[in-house]
Amino acid sequence: MEVKPPIPQIPPPVWSDFKDLQEWEKYHQERPTGDKASEALTSIADAIHHMPGGWIVTTSTDKIFNWARKSSIWPVTFGLACCAIEMMATFASRFDVERFGMVPWASPRHSDLMIVSGTVTIKMAPMLKRIYDQMPDPKWVVSMGSCANSGGPFRHGYHVVKGVDRVVPVDVYVPGCPPTPDSLMYGLLTLQEQVAHFLETGTRPTPTQPA
Amino acid sequence: MTALTPAAASSQIQERFGVNPAAEDAELSVPVPLARWTEFAQFARDTLGCRYFNWLTAVDWKEQGLEVLARLDNLDARLAVTMRVRLEPGTSRCPTLTGLFRGADWMERECYDMFGVVFEGHPDLRRILLDQDWEGHPLRKDYAVDTPQAPYR
Repeated sequence: MEVKPPIPQIPPPVWSDFKDLQEWEKYHQERPTGDKASEALTSIADAIHHMPGGWIVTTSTDKIFNWARKSSIWPVTFGLACCAIEMMATFASRFDVERFGMVPWASPRHSDLMIVSGTVTIKMAPMLKRIYDQMPDPKWVVSMGSCANSGGPFRHGYHVVKGVDRVVPVDVYVPGCPPTPDSLMYGLLTLQEQVAHFLETGTRPTPTQPA
Repeated sequence: MTALTPAAASSQIQERFGVNPAAEDAELSVPVPLARWTEFAQFARDTLGCRYFNWLTAVDWKEQGLEVLARLDNLDARLAVTMRVRLEPGTSRCPTLTGLFRGADWMERECYDMFGVVFEGHPDLRRILLDQDWEGHPLRKDYAVDTPQAPYR
């Protein structure tokens, strides 16, 4: 009886096999082929845009969409450390971000915003990344506090990610240790301005130098 | 039964192990030779009545080697025994105390995780706090704290 060598199996990719985050991102950025729905949408939008006067329609609908997005940002309930206490205070009645249309939502599937409130350890980072990946596009991230911005006082520790922007792309950085609810609200309003200028899915405003 | 005084405990240790415990109130600090580490723990538990395993940790004295410390308490007599053992420079092997104290299990796993002390005879010596694929032992003095860990370097 002939003995066949085993067929080599390709293991599914796991994040620890990749050299760095960029490589992992590149793997996930490739769109699957045969994505007919988004192709049809793109072609329809292109066709309307290139009709005489059609750009008025597309830009005005974009504005309406962005206004709607801006006015109903739902942050996913994601508290990591002591900054989460200030985040809860921001959500609660005294500061009440619900008047901006922000409803803290306990599911990443229905959320638009992730407020990274606290220290991201290397062991927690894959879970954070997974929650970010579960959120539907378009999505935004606010990095709250020194730890999430840069590692903060734990930057030279062995266990802390030196800034959450090494794990997920960040739109607004809120400084402070911890930031007061006022600071966080200012950050959220800044984010609303960014969302109002959001052009199309996947593009973000380029950062400008402070005056 | 009269409560065991620190002085009596100190003289018992000196009599049996030939080491001089440093005493501070009711706290004895005993340098134990490596070969008699388990034997001393059993002596402290059974004879001195130190049935409470308080903590276990290690100190990195750089080129002088590692030092493992464990504290056993006799809560009735208000007696505390800190047993310490110096490992040879360059070595990191130490007998386990899990046969005597169940509570030593996770303490020794943490000590292994942070200092790389290999406890011989431990039933399940894995990392307890860090990832299983972590490189190095972070509380060693020669560990570079800014060592990048994949993939968030």
